[in-house]
Amino acid sequence: MDHLLPGPKTAVSRRPTGLGRFGEYGGRFVPESLVPACAEVEQAFTDAWADPLFRAELRHVLAIYVGRPTPVTPAARLSAELGVNLLLKREDLAHTGSHKINNVLGQALLARRMGKRRLIAETGAGQHGVATATAGALLGMPTTVLMGERDIERQQLNVFRMTMLGAEVIPVTSGTRTLKDACSEALRHWVTSVEDSYYCLGSAMGPHPYPWMVREFQRVIGDEARTQCAADLATGTPDFVVACVGGGSNAAGTFAGFVDTPALLVGVEAAGGAAISAGSPGVLHGFRSKVLQDEHGQIAEAHSIAAGLDYPGVGPEHAYLADLGRASYVCVDDAEVLAATHRLARTEGILCALESAHAVAWVIRAAGDGTIPPDATVLLTLSGRGDKDMATLMELS
Amino acid sequence: MNALETRTRAARDAGRKLLLPYVTGGVTDDWGDLLRAAVDAGADAIEIGFPFSDPTLDGPVIQQSSDQALRRGATTRRILDEIARVAPPVPVIAFSYANLVLRPGADAYCAALADAGVGGLIVPDLPVDEMAPVAAAAQAHALDLALLAAPSTPLRRCADIARRSRGFVYAVSLMGTTGARSRPHESARELVRCLREETDLPVVLGFGIAAPGQAAEAAGYADGIAVGSALMRRLLDGATTAQLGAFLAQLRAALEPAG
Repeated sequence: MDHLLPGPKTAVSRRPTGLGRFGEYGGRFVPESLVPACAEVEQAFTDAWADPLFRAELRHVLAIYVGRPTPVTPAARLSAELGVNLLLKREDLAHTGSHKINNVLGQALLARRMGKRRLIAETGAGQHGVATATAGALLGMPTTVLMGERDIERQQLNVFRMTMLGAEVIPVTSGTRTLKDACSEALRHWVTSVEDSYYCLGSAMGPHPYPWMVREFQRVIGDEARTQCAADLATGTPDFVVACVGGGSNAAGTFAGFVDTPALLVGVEAAGGAAISAGSPGVLHGFRSKVLQDEHGQIAEAHSIAAGLDYPGVGPEHAYLADLGRASYVCVDDAEVLAATHRLARTEGILCALESAHAVAWVIRAAGDGTIPPDATVLLTLSGRGDKDMATLMELS
Repeated sequence: MNALETRTRAARDAGRKLLLPYVTGGVTDDWGDLLRAAVDAGADAIEIGFPFSDPTLDGPVIQQSSDQALRRGATTRRILDEIARVAPPVPVIAFSYANLVLRPGADAYCAALADAGVGGLIVPDLPVDEMAPVAAAAQAHALDLALLAAPSTPLRRCADIARRSRGFVYAVSLMGTTGARSRPHESARELVRCLREETDLPVVLGFGIAAPGQAAEAAGYADGIAVGSALMRRLLDGATTAQLGAFLAQLRAALEPAG
């Protein structure tokens, strides 16, 4: 049984202080060459986010192109089996199949507003790369995606999707040839092309202002869900709000809508990529947070069946929420994730992404051991659909 | 004033251009010999790279030499032991990354460096806004924390960097990662000029300097050069210590005034 922390005890800051600080985490640990570029993004985002016209434009694109608001679906049969009231926030129904598009369209519109002509992105499983390629096509901006050579081999379908959408996919051959090396390479690539290129970072991590900006672009998930819950639930807010955490953007966006309610916030990490549960404070990819590392400070490789959670760090706001005790972070292993994927498919007719299945797996476990009491209401963000994982699941079955 | 800065200022005041070779610590069995060869070839100080798993500033060559060193079991402790054993007669500057410094804690890290005889520290992913805790620790252990300025650095920020840098100011010649280029970027000369208006510290130019002709050109406006990828490229391609020493001697010669 997981020990969960109670609801709000402390007023959680809504915007990072100073140079992107969430408590002791965050910051801007980048080479000097990139500092002015980060400052430029910070200034542009601050202006845009205060501009009703920019917000209206983004809201319009999210409505007519992404299909927002995404519904909240009661998981009736699984709820009956578990003895809880489970609601699914359906980011899997957003265009391109995951929540990634919310952030990407926000950043791509910002890039255009800044007068940038090209987009750069890193990607692991390829979901953020596909979303960025999509935004690039929509706005007519040439897009370059950095992707680890090993991930390219594992995610052929998404590589092809990006190519179809007109993006250039550059293999990263350094280090472990996975997401963390793609992040390093994207920063290096940005240094050489900063005048006309915008770095569209895929999660609530990286140097300031990215963790804050990405959370703000993803908070549409939490804000919508809060309104939807208020309309549908007798109590107004759910007892539990659950989301999977890799870098942590869908969780950050979901939690943002509920951080000032009594709801218990639960972030679910992959057992092999549990930066909060198993990591220690460190600096990686431009920010300070919890990271998986050895005693010397070398970054460790993460391992998860879900490529999107295969990252040794976590967004700084999650490390902060964990320290404050405002959110709890738990882990599930690959076997629980596979079982949850099958169970959700059979009971609800929803093939979710392996990343999202981490959240489902924890709810199944927590309902079983009493961590979630009977009849409690649980809002779970289903961050993406599972089409991309069919090859992995076929190999395993 | 700490030992490194005393040395760099004395050289500059005597009209001698600084040559700062970079060697990845632990890259080969006999990398310590390369330190001696560098001194014999006329190095004024030596940068030792402490390999990091995720180096955001390094180009392909230094990534490769870092990977090789890590595979060979390089750690901060082992590299420092070798530096202490060789004890080069010129200042040693640790070229590190923020996480390697912060993992043991800035004070413990700087203390270990100072104990091994290291005189300077460069942390490329620790910009001036984030440097305070490390700067305090470095100062407490008589280490010079040298800062980088880039072509994209705005004027006012250049002034701040120049004021807070110790030992020298490292002028990054181009918008890019470490590694050889056909010629230094146009922006290098302008950056060095801006820094000079703000400080009387020596200004060392680095990134992309790979050949004697480039060294000579840089000597026309900077107080010295840092050479890393060009040296490590040769080492990875199998050059002997003697050949690497000869390459550095060529650069040394190119830095001397003609005639």
